[in-house]
Amino acid sequence: MTILAFDWALFIEKFVLIAVVVFGSLGVALYTTFAERKVAAILQDRRGPNRAGPFGLLQPFADGLKLVFKEEIIPNTSNKALFVIGPGLAMTAALMTSAVIPWGNKIEIFDRTISLQIADVNVGMLYIFGVVSMGVYGIMIGGWASNNKFSLMAALRGASQAISYELAMGLSLIALLMLTGSLSLKSIVEQQMHQGHWWNFFYQPLGFLIFMVCAFAECNRTPFDLPEAENELNFGYHQEYSSMKLGFYLFAEYVNMFISSVIMSTLYFGGYDIPFFDESTLSPNIAAILGIGALMTKTIIFIFIFMWVRWTIPRFRYDQLMNLGWKKLVPLALLNMLVTGAVILWRSGAKW
Amino acid sequence: MQLTNRSKAVNRKPMTFVESLYLPSIFKGMGITFSHIFKKKPTINYPEVQRPFSPVFRGLHVLNRDEEGRENCTACGLCAVACPAEAITMEAAERLPGEENLYREEKYAAKYEINMLRCIFCGLCEEACPKDAIYLSETFAPANFARKGFIYGKEDLLIPNKNAEPEAYAKAVGNNQPTTSN
Repeated sequence: MTILAFDWALFIEKFVLIAVVVFGSLGVALYTTFAERKVAAILQDRRGPNRAGPFGLLQPFADGLKLVFKEEIIPNTSNKALFVIGPGLAMTAALMTSAVIPWGNKIEIFDRTISLQIADVNVGMLYIFGVVSMGVYGIMIGGWASNNKFSLMAALRGASQAISYELAMGLSLIALLMLTGSLSLKSIVEQQMHQGHWWNFFYQPLGFLIFMVCAFAECNRTPFDLPEAENELNFGYHQEYSSMKLGFYLFAEYVNMFISSVIMSTLYFGGYDIPFFDESTLSPNIAAILGIGALMTKTIIFIFIFMWVRWTIPRFRYDQLMNLGWKKLVPLALLNMLVTGAVILWRSGAKW
Repeated sequence: MQLTNRSKAVNRKPMTFVESLYLPSIFKGMGITFSHIFKKKPTINYPEVQRPFSPVFRGLHVLNRDEEGRENCTACGLCAVACPAEAITMEAAERLPGEENLYREEKYAAKYEINMLRCIFCGLCEEACPKDAIYLSETFAPANFARKGFIYGKEDLLIPNKNAEPEAYAKAVGNNQPTTSN
């Protein structure tokens, strides 16, 4: 039985980690929907949901139950297979991104050192880019399969928006990668944890800004939520969807938001690094738990910024969106890249 | 042709590069929304907290009793005549010997109904009543599933007997007294 002679403990360890990360992301997304309503209410001088359970904390479960028990309608003229695949794909792409994120440093249980990262891929950033751009297929397929002109237009918008902003996002990241010299998220975090090395945000403020704006666009969040512009497209690409399939689409948006917040904290704000504190003085388990706490705190701040922006700014017009993406963000990202490259060359003392 | 001086020319200057990044205005807007976190919320938690009604609020009707707990209404029909929405109907009956402790005068309302869906809570019945028998209280008609439920009969309208059921009477009078006194 040589075929089964691999490290079963590793298998179980990774399996548990995957389960925790997936259900953790779903749980966070669940409560992000609640937080969204609460933040919206607070920013608009309202109270927000406070009836279901203490402080309305059971509200997301009530919403979820409602979606599950709704009648599921598949339009007659839709492409049935694609219609079902669409929301699933959106959800899968949203969840798959979490595979390369380092959630914390190593912990030690049962004499085993477990890395709190599902897979330390050495092209982690490329992987994230690949999976994130797959997310647009969820929108595309959903809009196409609905056989509804509004859904199709929304899907087109979503696709063109995602492609345009991915470009600026990639360019802003190149500057960061020149700085770190690595695509692995784990080593990017470890570099930022080094004594005497600040968080990447302080080296790349412009790059971070561009990355954040593009992350907003990738998540289809306001002010870039053109694919679901109600006043022009009724309900956007999920117009024909009902029941839990609609729930999946809405949920995928929140999972995306959570994951992109984690990525922003990892790339630019030190990931699980606790500021002004040397983790190596603590026992590894406590340091890991504190690190997860630090990462979650940063993530929650970013999620709040997502919501704060959503309830502040109106939606862009389509031409404004494209102008901003192609004529402003791409040149700025290129400039950022050139300046970063020049500074790196100058610091390394290269001869011209 | 200019009619007034109020019209303003629209500024059609093209945006500068910084403006076209939208960021300064976005940060300004975010500052405004952030300041709203600390503002007082006008909403109240309704069923737990209730706003006080004004002293002149006109709510559900109450059929009054006199000091000895006898019904004031003599079924004269003036309220029904005064009612602009024609919400009030009644049937009169003669007081029998031995019922003097129930009805103040020789005639009383055997049936007295107000359709709360028709009622416009104008208070004209209250003004029309010569016997001080009908008053508008400070509660409003609760929701109901059937239209029938909105036709309030005598058992819904009549105030409890002050002498026989003092607790129910106090409850029916409710907060009227303090709010009307101030």
